[in-house]
Amino acid sequence: MNTVLKTVGLNKTYRLGGFINPLKINALDEVNLTIESEKPVIVSLVGESGSGKTTLAKVILRLVAPSSGQAMIYDQFVAGDGANVSKKEILSSVQPIFQNPFEAFSAYRTVDAYLERTATRIAGLSASDAVDAMQTALSSVGLKYADVKGKYPNQFSGGELQRVSIARALIPHPKMIIADEPVSMIDASLRMNIINLFLSLKEEYNTSFLYITHDLATAYYVSDYIAVMYRGTIVEFGEGKSILKNPQHPYTQLLLNSVALTDRKWERKTFIASDMEAKEFQFTGCRFKNRCPIAEDICTHKRPPPIRQEDGRDVYCHFATEEPEGMKV
Amino acid sequence: MKMNNRLKIGIIILTMFVLAGLILPLFNDVDPTKQGTYPKNMPISFEHFLGTNSLGQDIFWFLVYAVRNSLFLGVTVSICTTTIAMSVGLISGYVGGWVDRIIMTLTDSVIAIPLFPILIVLATLVRGNTSSWVVGAILVVFGWAWGARTIRSMALSIREREFINMAKFSGSTTLEIVFREVFPYVYAYGIVSFINAILWVINTEASLAVIGLSKVEIPTLGSILFWALSYNALFTGQYVWVIAPVVATVLLFLGLFLTSTGYNQMYATRRGHS
Amino acid sequence: MIKLNNLVASYTTTRGQVNAVDGINITIPSGQIVGIAGESGCGKSTLLKVIYGDLIYPLALKTGNIQYGFEDNSGKEVTTDNIKDYWFKRISYIPQSSMSSLNPVIRIRKQFVDFQDRLKPESEILDEVREYIQNLDLPPEAIDAYPHQLSGGMRQRIMVAMGTFFKPDIILADEPTTALDVVVQKGILLLLMEIQEQMNNTILFVSHDMGVHYQITHKMLIMYAAKVVEFGDSEAVFKAPLHPYSKMLTESLPTIGDDKVREGIEGRPPSLWDNLQGCRFAARCPLVTELCRKQEPELIEHRPGHFAACHHADKV
Repeated sequence: MNTVLKTVGLNKTYRLGGFINPLKINALDEVNLTIESEKPVIVSLVGESGSGKTTLAKVILRLVAPSSGQAMIYDQFVAGDGANVSKKEILSSVQPIFQNPFEAFSAYRTVDAYLERTATRIAGLSASDAVDAMQTALSSVGLKYADVKGKYPNQFSGGELQRVSIARALIPHPKMIIADEPVSMIDASLRMNIINLFLSLKEEYNTSFLYITHDLATAYYVSDYIAVMYRGTIVEFGEGKSILKNPQHPYTQLLLNSVALTDRKWERKTFIASDMEAKEFQFTGCRFKNRCPIAEDICTHKRPPPIRQEDGRDVYCHFATEEPEGMKV
Repeated sequence: MKMNNRLKIGIIILTMFVLAGLILPLFNDVDPTKQGTYPKNMPISFEHFLGTNSLGQDIFWFLVYAVRNSLFLGVTVSICTTTIAMSVGLISGYVGGWVDRIIMTLTDSVIAIPLFPILIVLATLVRGNTSSWVVGAILVVFGWAWGARTIRSMALSIREREFINMAKFSGSTTLEIVFREVFPYVYAYGIVSFINAILWVINTEASLAVIGLSKVEIPTLGSILFWALSYNALFTGQYVWVIAPVVATVLLFLGLFLTSTGYNQMYATRRGHS
Repeated sequence: MIKLNNLVASYTTTRGQVNAVDGINITIPSGQIVGIAGESGCGKSTLLKVIYGDLIYPLALKTGNIQYGFEDNSGKEVTTDNIKDYWFKRISYIPQSSMSSLNPVIRIRKQFVDFQDRLKPESEILDEVREYIQNLDLPPEAIDAYPHQLSGGMRQRIMVAMGTFFKPDIILADEPTTALDVVVQKGILLLLMEIQEQMNNTILFVSHDMGVHYQITHKMLIMYAAKVVEFGDSEAVFKAPLHPYSKMLTESLPTIGDDKVREGIEGRPPSLWDNLQGCRFAARCPLVTELCRKQEPELIEHRPGHFAACHHADKV
């Protein structure tokens, strides 16, 4: 049994404003996540803007240092105290895919320059082995090296470029690929090409994926596990499909009621929109208290701990019950 | 790469000047700086294309050498200042932190020092015995700072772009990122800055020479004017002596300006559809 | 009814002219929410700009015109030539990003009344605005604030308020909720639907999010490579499409609770710079035949009120 991803007490606080009275935003607040599996898995971090999902990804990628706490990928420290790992080791275990494929490449360099650099520097291959590695990686994503070599980013479509990006991430055979909104800037008709790739690459390369998104439909399609985040905290975590079919946390239920799907119409019910975003980060109790239909006094004072349910999921709510309720699909 | 008309004209003008400065001297075996070579104040003729001046020098040949020297000084100094500005600006902007603070403090100090009074003070101490190399060195010391600041701010914004992260995750070192990822985005500005620096050097040198604070025996665009003014050329009716270098300077500036803005224009439209 | 007659609009660039909208000939019924969908570069945003009359260089109307279905003071029908006079009053535009549409250094109330021929004094109009925005769940003081003092959701509701306050006949919305979270998005879209039901005006809604289209639109217009490929009732277009592109598009979208395997469409739309012959979807279409490559299909009413541009619509 591998510990795919583990975070312990992960915190990230940003201070906005001046010296005298800075506003403290806990972009990540005591995030404790443990995902164990024998086989590679796809884990989705779902949430809206300000949820902390992107911050968590950045911490794992070491683009941002956490204020406290630790993160580990396959038992290897990647962030926080005790992460005395060499950069090279981490780069060969964890690789990213970025949201905007056109921004991910310099307009002045050929795209294969990045692939080649990854092959020689991170995978440590010789020049000729690098070419083989590039060919293999590109064919795994449905492209040919001959079609990619010597070309600049503006000669590709968004979907193709994103596939090149994925190929680059695959070259060092990383244990985990972090994909931050990888399809949100790709046309709807091309999205599933990329999403289906994640599923096939998971088997082919034995790589786990961390899929960060606000699109619940693709998260449903692709995830083994889902962590729903709100204002820097996890509110629900467990097996992907069951959480989305049967949400138990009030926020998850709210999300599912709001998502625009193509096979069922919205309930015409309105709800309380949040217009005090920054203030919610300061709550000592549950961050969702203000908008929650079942909030009570205890929610103001005490942070809800994760309550383990029968099906193995964790619901961070004082009123999570053993019997699932909520949106029936 | 389609060149627009502005760029074409600019390059044509500059090429004419460069050729004039490089090739024409090959056809001349008379030292144009030697005084009294010819009869004084002769009008325009076939022998003397622009006539001669009060010192008995052929104005045309003096001008040719002047253009060559001014251009040479301009280009040499400009290469130095642009290289320094680029390196300093890129590293400071990309690396950031205390490195950036130290470098920018130094840069701002250099920018804040007023160039002209310093040059005048230095030159009066040395009294026309400064060689062109010293003048050039001083211009380099004062000329890199502004460009460095601009390039540093450009580097700052490029640093935040996603492909920089991709380069990091591909294993590129900091120096590689600075010169292979960031540099291409500032290089167009570098070219423009280079050409503008040439303008600035020629201009400053000419201003110094006109006041007599440069080595005026060496023909440059400024020294012609110095001698012409010393000999009251305008009052004695030797208009050609004054007008010729002015026209040459203006044309040269026009060539540099058109090339600089023409290149900028062409570059901007090219970026538009990539 | 809005009649689009043989509309061709082009952009002039250094490479030449390209038709971003290439021959659109349809009649849009009034009193409905019409969704315009398609991939990036299909021309949907350009179409909206053309309908609004925002034709500044490099965008120009090459041929064709639009009849807007209402008349000016002298009884003449309003067309593309004089539609600009009716901006905000009978036709309005809700843009995608509120932050780039609101002047950050001017209080919002100034931007509400920043136009000519005001029939009433400014203070009276502003009082009415304050009343009105309460229907959109905004406090009346919201218009006295600066844009950055409001949250993104509130700002976008202000944009909706600005676009609907003068009760225009036609509202054009270009991805108005794309940058917002799903929860906020639902609130604003429900609002828009309520306003449309009350005022019974026409809303043309551009989005690349097919889910949103399914939720709020009565009719759907699908565009591909500067042409209209399908137009009809939303239920029909989603459940029984007549064009292979619409079918493949809707079938590629996953939904929650359904474990069916989904596939994207291979390939990409043709470049509008190429000399395009025949059906523009031919290269990616599973039903393609020689006829498709040679002859461009016309937009024909295959079923009542349901148009499609496909030679093999019956097989879809």
